[in-house]
Amino acid sequence: MRDVHVSAIVDAVKKLCVGANLELEPDMLRAFDRALTTERSPAGRQVLQILKDNAQMARTRRIPYCQDTGFVVCFVELGQDVHVAGGGLYDAINEGVRQGYKEGYLRASIVRSPLDRVNTGDNTPAVIHVDVVEGAELKLAIMAKGGGCENRSKYTMLTPAAGIEGVKDFVIECVKMAGPDACPPLILGVGVGGTFEKAAILSKKALFREVGSANPDPTLDALERELLARANRLGIGPQGYGGDTTSLGIHVLTYPCHITSLPVAVTIECHAHRHKEATL
Amino acid sequence: MSVTAAADGLKDVTTPLSDADVESLKTGDRVRITGVVYTARDAAHGRLWPLIQEGRPLPIDVCGQIIYYTGPSPARPGEVVGSIGPTTGSRMDKFTPALIKLGLKATMGKGARSQPVKDAFKQYKGVYFGAIGGAGAVLSRFVKRVEIVAYEDLGTEAIRRLEVEGFPAIVVNDCHGGDLYQDGIQAYAREET
Repeated sequence: MRDVHVSAIVDAVKKLCVGANLELEPDMLRAFDRALTTERSPAGRQVLQILKDNAQMARTRRIPYCQDTGFVVCFVELGQDVHVAGGGLYDAINEGVRQGYKEGYLRASIVRSPLDRVNTGDNTPAVIHVDVVEGAELKLAIMAKGGGCENRSKYTMLTPAAGIEGVKDFVIECVKMAGPDACPPLILGVGVGGTFEKAAILSKKALFREVGSANPDPTLDALERELLARANRLGIGPQGYGGDTTSLGIHVLTYPCHITSLPVAVTIECHAHRHKEATL
Repeated sequence: MSVTAAADGLKDVTTPLSDADVESLKTGDRVRITGVVYTARDAAHGRLWPLIQEGRPLPIDVCGQIIYYTGPSPARPGEVVGSIGPTTGSRMDKFTPALIKLGLKATMGKGARSQPVKDAFKQYKGVYFGAIGGAGAVLSRFVKRVEIVAYEDLGTEAIRRLEVEGFPAIVVNDCHGGDLYQDGIQAYAREET
């Protein structure tokens, strides 16, 4: 067994939260540049340029890229030969969020109950998903998930007869429904298969793949390319002002499913796609 | 007159706004806003709502004003404000027609508005400005002063009085029935293949 002390987890999560909010990842900056070469709409090109400027200003002036500094979603890959020492894993992640959001001047956007809606004041708790894997490493992947786009995420239970065409139509319908509200250009995470909750979790996990990278499964890669081309023919464009850049990437993950089922979950992510990873 | 056409093709908007100012704004106009803008989002609207329904005074006089849907991130020491981009306007659709009827002239956010909101813009002369969602760092540079004027306990959702200079926005819904989002899709949508 290898000991990983909770203090290292707190520090790592704190840095990931601050870094994600102030420094947009290079995959997104490259995606903006690619879009600037294909976007026909002058208003769309102007928005893309402002988003690039915004990323630059956030980085240099240490001010969040977006005022909605997100709900922290943390995917943990916990090596089965790791012993978390000095406290609880979940407490350590939440302490990292607390310290990162305080010290980084990030917004507290979480209410303690969806019903009484009192702000917790420190952006905790995070949503934490843990997978136990082989090995002696602890991998932390965090996303600062914006609320406006999350509100446009959707779920459906298709019939097996609906098939892949049904999946495609549902994803495109989701892009249409998200429209200008979810801050396009969008990234879509699509989870297909599994059970109700499995598809939803896959749709989040899919967002962590590098934007613009190929899906390692050739069938899914072809599906993603077709969906992206269709989404970008809708005309919604950057900020919904009209244009060719409605989505910068559509990522699909699948899981085996029941003979009766074809669950499809779509997480909608905005251009403030703040994701960062660390391995301890 | 507080809407003037500038040489660069943009319109300079100075608050407060009159009916005539609103009428001169057209969907697709790019504007620079200068003057006072109030912030309010979900929780603040939730507190204003019973006051509006009971005909009681509001903590701010909305006549001629702009409400900006935003909850800024905290300011670093020495800074005026943190990141301050728009939030989704449709969540305020329930409250907007009543506020427009009370004399509010403009709202600013991102994303589409409901038909009742657009109808209220037509009937009572109102306008919806779109600010660039997710450009909160850039937009913070146009905010020169910030003061909390109501509901301080709501934190980021408190009502703030902003003084802005040249704040960039675009007219999404004008008082003539125009809708930038519909125009945009019409102009750029391509046949499904």
